[in-house]
Amino acid sequence: MSVIQFSVNGKRESIDVPPMKRLLDVLREDLHLTGTKEGCGEGECGACAILFDGELVNSCLVPALQANGARLCTIEGVSTEGHLHPIQQCFLEKGGAQCGICTPGMILATHHLLDKYPNPTMAQIQEGLAGNLCRCTGYMRIFESVQQAAQQANELTAKS
Amino acid sequence: MSERKPILGGSPIRKEGRAKVLGAAKYIDDQELPDMWFGATVRSSIARGTIRSITFSPEINWEEFAIVRASDIPGENTIVHLTKDHPCLAANEVNHPEEPILLLAHPDKTALIAAVRGVKIEYDELPGVFTIEESETAVENNDVERIIWPGSDQGGTANCFKTYLMYSGDAKETEDGLATAFENADFIVEGEYHTGAQEQLYIENNGVIAECFRDATGGIESLCVRGSMQCPYYLVHALTLVFNLPEDKCRVIQVETGGAFGGKEDFPSLIGSHAALLAMKCGHPVKITYDRAEDMAATTKRHPSRTRHRTAVSKDGKLLGGTIDVAIDGGAYATLSPVVLSRATIHAPGPYKWPHVRVKAKAMATNIPPHGAFRGFGAPQSLFGLERHMDKIAKTIGLTPEEFRRRNFLATGDCTATGQPLVEPVDMQGLLTRALREAGYHEKLARFAEENKTSSIKRGVGFASFMHGTGFTGSGERRLNSLVYLDVREDGRPEILVSSTEFGQGTNTILSQVAAQTLNLPYESIVVSPVDTSIVPNSGPTVASRTAMIVGKLVERASLQMLTLLRNEEKLPEAHTPEEFKAAALAYRAKHGSLRCSVRYEPPAKIYWDDELYRGDAYPGYAWAVYVAEVAVDMNTYMATCTRFDALQEVGMVMHPVLAKGQIEGGVAQGIGYALYEKCMWKDGRMMNNQMTNYIMPTSADLPPIHVHFEEVPSIHGPGGAKGIGELPMDGPAPAILNAIENATGVAFNTIPLLPEDIFERFTSFTDPELGGTEDMDPAVDRDTRVESAEVSA
Ligand code: FES
Ligand code: FES
Repeated sequence: MSVIQFSVNGKRESIDVPPMKRLLDVLREDLHLTGTKEGCGEGECGACAILFDGELVNSCLVPALQANGARLCTIEGVSTEGHLHPIQQCFLEKGGAQCGICTPGMILATHHLLDKYPNPTMAQIQEGLAGNLCRCTGYMRIFESVQQAAQQANELTAKS
Repeated sequence: MSERKPILGGSPIRKEGRAKVLGAAKYIDDQELPDMWFGATVRSSIARGTIRSITFSPEINWEEFAIVRASDIPGENTIVHLTKDHPCLAANEVNHPEEPILLLAHPDKTALIAAVRGVKIEYDELPGVFTIEESETAVENNDVERIIWPGSDQGGTANCFKTYLMYSGDAKETEDGLATAFENADFIVEGEYHTGAQEQLYIENNGVIAECFRDATGGIESLCVRGSMQCPYYLVHALTLVFNLPEDKCRVIQVETGGAFGGKEDFPSLIGSHAALLAMKCGHPVKITYDRAEDMAATTKRHPSRTRHRTAVSKDGKLLGGTIDVAIDGGAYATLSPVVLSRATIHAPGPYKWPHVRVKAKAMATNIPPHGAFRGFGAPQSLFGLERHMDKIAKTIGLTPEEFRRRNFLATGDCTATGQPLVEPVDMQGLLTRALREAGYHEKLARFAEENKTSSIKRGVGFASFMHGTGFTGSGERRLNSLVYLDVREDGRPEILVSSTEFGQGTNTILSQVAAQTLNLPYESIVVSPVDTSIVPNSGPTVASRTAMIVGKLVERASLQMLTLLRNEEKLPEAHTPEEFKAAALAYRAKHGSLRCSVRYEPPAKIYWDDELYRGDAYPGYAWAVYVAEVAVDMNTYMATCTRFDALQEVGMVMHPVLAKGQIEGGVAQGIGYALYEKCMWKDGRMMNNQMTNYIMPTSADLPPIHVHFEEVPSIHGPGGAKGIGELPMDGPAPAILNAIENATGVAFNTIPLLPEDIFERFTSFTDPELGGTEDMDPAVDRDTRVESAEVSA
């Protein structure tokens, strides 16, 4: 066991876990942040995606030890006090979530994508989400959700 | 009257959507119960044989574990579907790789991995059969060694779970008609078409948590199983047999379900029974969740199939008669194969007028984990064969695929191949015209032909026309006898109680829309009860594209009944406000203690079905569609890509445009995967690529723009004129894409999935594919089909 310290969704955590325990399990089991899902456990589906120091990573591939000192953001940290983030609102309105199991990872991937490209082209959206599998939607509603979120964010910046 | 915007046909927010985008929705693996243990399954390492011995490694302290064997089962060792051939745990013999033999539970999940490995099972192996053909050959040669399924008193013969023989009329008259048709035909066209298994790949694997409660004497008092599933009452039924308990002692709760597609229709009966057995044994709640590799290797997939067509056609392009032989690979146990085969049979003749047609169908046994329900349920298989064959006939007789189909489409007033008169309007001609226009088909046809002459990227367009029956087959809905309740709760809000489950398709949302619209209340005021069999009635399984149309109609009727009741009893005014409704409902509750309207299924129109002859009204209603695919085949990499997709359908009135589009797009994406990406690799009955790394489903970067179009024609069967929609989009993409590939390359491919290596192999098998251009390839040299006589007389 080793003591690992990091911040999740702005909160400092210090936990004693086996160093090789998957970060995904630390989040789900030790911190009860079950919004991060497991779809494959081998880095293929993106259901376990989180933001790790601002980068999109699959938490099923990260040993807990590696998170020491890191700043993490999970789906639970995307909304503020029950208020949906605009990305979440767009997924809700545009039908971006069907069964919802891929949705947390998809929303974090969108977050990351829009940080990088505030005005993404269709190709950038397709590429940016290619690490997140969705079996329900065929992705079209997700693309629309992302486009609407980008548009709203741009309108906001234009206003301010 | 308080005028409000129509709710049906609008796109209100998905009921459980907020929890999903917040990451707050609780799926089974997000839940735990106090003192819960974890379960694991010890599975067969061989395809077929008898169990000689089971030994437990001395390195493990087995005292800490709960162990369940077949002999611990208190009731019958069977998972009931239609026949009782499927054991809950293999007792003496195993019939497929990964067959469950033993169950283990332990408080620490991580201890289970070594424990599963620590159980050594020795077998006396028996020879297995792994394809439809091997299974048939064993029967033909009376090779008793390879008769792997004996037949059963509930139907089926050696190696064959089920057969159907369906005629378009009286059997003798049809046979005579066929004989004459083939005699007089200007052309006889034959073809053989194959489809592979398809993995469900819901992103959430199968999982359940079970509890077993004891009475004062230590006997089993009751069970409670919660989990990811489509049909909670199927699991109730399974538990009653495995535990020999009455139905009301077997409580099942569906929790948020992360995709299902049919894969969680019958399989939860097995994993749910397993967890309940472990809970019985260890006295703790037990959770079993599969990891991806186990889920892919051990659970159900789409049935592989082979469809053979022999068709008599006149030179003016009329179908004179046809025989269609469909065979599906059912895997090791019958499970739902007879029902899947039934849908394959009924859909095999498609949306065409056949003066005489005979469909022979069979489901064969193989030593592969049982194949099961998967969106489309047999129809994608036989429609793939049909729609490839239609293009082949067109080519043979010198008509365009469009013109040939136009000369044979069913229309309003015609009878389908089962003799069902099409009373509700059907306009395949109009659908085809619009679909081709939306896709720019004619312009592309001409342009690609020109561009392909000088390009190494060959582009093409193709389409498929088809229909999908909604609801259960024939008298199925009457037998199901579905029941729904509509209550008003203490807080005055109406609550829908059904066993219909939400797994992404939008059940909660559309049923709420129906209730809100009918009760003239805001959508937000409607509550959908959790699906817990101790509270909700059996409104039938959530399968067969039946929920919107059949259960939706029941919710509509219950809502009307409630209005009538409140108008009569509580003087609810005709044009009520939400406040007036609430006041009236609460006044009624105050007098009677509760307010509940319950409604049972009644066929809305006369439905006649003969299960022996397989004739009559096969489905209450049909959705009709034409799908157009555009493809590009790179002749350097042999990669075929779908570059645009247009899906036009007539599904009655669209209840929720956003959800409906999402359903169609999701189905089309699965269909594109089925055609071009998703290949199950088998070795001796075992799936070898049971990982997401080597079983490839389309990512966001692989899919083309999917354009969804609706034609709205109200149906009498569903609420607000709606019909079913869920399975339809699975049927069209594969044949449309392969038709487009033939248009692009001049070569007919008749087997899916079609991967670059298959295209490569095919092209390099020609001496010089570049010589004279591939467009000139004669369909008569097509390896996948056998044209004995493309032209009998011209
Ligand atoms: S669970 Fe981590 S990528 Fe699939
Ligand atoms: S919504 Fe079900 S997997 Fe994406």
